[in-house]
Amino acid sequence: MAVVGPLSRIARIGSTFCRNNSLIFSRSSQRRGIVSCIDPSHGLTDEQKEFQKVAFDFAANEMAPHMADWDQKEIFPVETMRKAAQLGFGGIYVQPDVGGSGLSRLDTSIIFEALSTGCVSTTAYISIHNMCAWMIDTFGNNEQREKFCPDLCSMEKFASYCLTEPGSGSDAASLLTSAQKKGDHYILNGSKAFISGGGDTDVYVVMCRTGVKGPKGISCLVVEKGTPGLSFGKKEKKVGWNSQPTRAVIFEDCEVPVTNRLGEEGQGFNIAMKGLNGGRINIASCSLGAAHASVLLARDHLLVRKQFGEALANNQYLQFKLAEMATKLVASRLLVREAAKALQENHPDAVSLCSMAKLFVTDECFNICNQALQMHGGYGYLKDYAVQQFVRDIRVHQILEGQFVLLFVKMTAISRTKTASLDLCRNQRGDEDDHLQKSADGILMSLFSWITRTFLQHHMWSLCVYWLT
Amino acid sequence: MSGRVLVGVKRVIDYAVKIRVKPDHSGVVTDGVKHSMNPFCEIAVEEAVKLKEKKLMKEVVVVSCGPQQSQETIRTALAMGADRGIHVEVSGKDYETLGPLQVSKILAALAKKEDAQLIILGKQAIDDDCNQTGQMTAALLDWPQGTFASEVSLEKDGIKVVREIDGGLETIKISTPAVLTADLRLNTPRYATLPNIMKAKKKKIANVKPADLGVDLTSRLEVLRVDEPPQRQAGMKVETVDDLVSKLKDAGKV
Repeated sequence: MAVVGPLSRIARIGSTFCRNNSLIFSRSSQRRGIVSCIDPSHGLTDEQKEFQKVAFDFAANEMAPHMADWDQKEIFPVETMRKAAQLGFGGIYVQPDVGGSGLSRLDTSIIFEALSTGCVSTTAYISIHNMCAWMIDTFGNNEQREKFCPDLCSMEKFASYCLTEPGSGSDAASLLTSAQKKGDHYILNGSKAFISGGGDTDVYVVMCRTGVKGPKGISCLVVEKGTPGLSFGKKEKKVGWNSQPTRAVIFEDCEVPVTNRLGEEGQGFNIAMKGLNGGRINIASCSLGAAHASVLLARDHLLVRKQFGEALANNQYLQFKLAEMATKLVASRLLVREAAKALQENHPDAVSLCSMAKLFVTDECFNICNQALQMHGGYGYLKDYAVQQFVRDIRVHQILEGQFVLLFVKMTAISRTKTASLDLCRNQRGDEDDHLQKSADGILMSLFSWITRTFLQHHMWSLCVYWLT
Repeated sequence: MSGRVLVGVKRVIDYAVKIRVKPDHSGVVTDGVKHSMNPFCEIAVEEAVKLKEKKLMKEVVVVSCGPQQSQETIRTALAMGADRGIHVEVSGKDYETLGPLQVSKILAALAKKEDAQLIILGKQAIDDDCNQTGQMTAALLDWPQGTFASEVSLEKDGIKVVREIDGGLETIKISTPAVLTADLRLNTPRYATLPNIMKAKKKKIANVKPADLGVDLTSRLEVLRVDEPPQRQAGMKVETVDDLVSKLKDAGKV
């Protein structure tokens, strides 16, 4: 029954509307979301439809034609991003008084989803930039907001988010970059790894240790490019995300004024985690856009490619597969949008929902893109065809901004009640180093194997539980 | 000279959509199909907004004739910079037979009612390719027309229009009030910015019925049948020129 909609239509259209085989690099206009059952404008308000339309048009006209070029030549498309900023995409959920657009998380998700159909890598960078601008806007004082936000919103200056280190990825709270207070400056020493935009951006939002071990000793500093002691590693060679440079960021006795600290000392981890909630929705939204574009590319290919005397679109297996892809796309979209709404409303389960969205959607959308590539056969493997770039670009979405399991589990509740119910609340207190209490260990293992069986494909899981302060 | 510009916009099937003919050959499938503003109408709106920004015109009023969904098209124009909108409600049977004659009558009536100095339309709609509305409107109002405009400049004593014609470019000067129709190279329509989209929410769209304007919507045309264009046939390779000439003669082409 779910199969009927697009697929019977495809089967009927089949040979009648076959395009000739010159449609190698599918026209960017095809990604504008024409097929009605996966239409991303379902359930949106008129205003949101307008935002989406602008984003789709911008993606189709300004980004999609250059997507392959930016990837192959590893170009950081500064001019295009500044054009996007002129439309208001530089600080989408930053407040208007410092140049932002003041929109909601749901509006943001819709916009990134649409932009991503043009180029995932560039959109992902724009979303990271937005996250940094928001952090300064939300946690900075008025001087900091007025100093940094207007330039970030117009993309006169670009931002990078520095949390990950060579020794701390999933275990972010164990970061080592130190910031020792000396008079009215902090002296930073340490290095950050895998920083998107690193070396080419102007403003670095850096999590560093000002106090004790663990999350409570982390603070957030804004470091500007050109500060003595700030240097960068070599540009990394990546499988995807090639339109944004990735470098290590190195601090050697780097002096940063205390006035560049966002919030209080010890508040850094909290800021980082709050930033990541939105960051996860944004990354999931980027995956959605790629999946949407890939489904359309796959559909077009099935209509064109003939084997065994007829178009692939007449093949029942492929019809079912396409229907499955469409279904998972719509399901993913709904989850992301719910999470976005929850975050906007400060719902108590917002953190969990954002994590669920990121977890589920990045996985499902990668599978959709991968499946779309498979449907292209050998052509899918050629760089002349856009589908492989979507696959390569969104693969990393399953890794960064929180790998694998990020369901927040209330450890004390589980250990106290000793039930294996999926109680998802933020923990208010706890010993940061005591990650796995013995009593909860067994329950957790069975919990996560249940999750693996019921929701997720077979992966190797690493456990990551955060204590939020 | 200052005044009011009336811009007509039409909601059509999006240019990227693959058109399908209805099984009963009475028309094309429009249900559930993505619609958007006619590209030439976007160019018309952009030109009107540019005139307002240059302070040559005071107000840009956007008009669309159609069912409830036409309001989306008006909103897009408002987001591009138009000041207010007028939605002329035409739905059902009337909408199916709505053509350039009826629309031009509506536009003429509105131009008089709104006291417009300038009407800017797209040169044609991409669904029917009629290329008639602008010309008919000018005739009904007895106003000069500058059609297929690729360049428009308002001057003290009139409007200089560079028109794209078969032979090249023709420059004419017409007096105001006038009707202009926009061709492809007139300008590049701007993207609506997020702040403008939000501002557009507050702009007014007035609802008007054709009867209020005293317009008779009966169509003088009846669509008998709609078919796809014939499938492109394979060609044929020939060895010699004589062969080619004889084949052409046989096919009746020479």
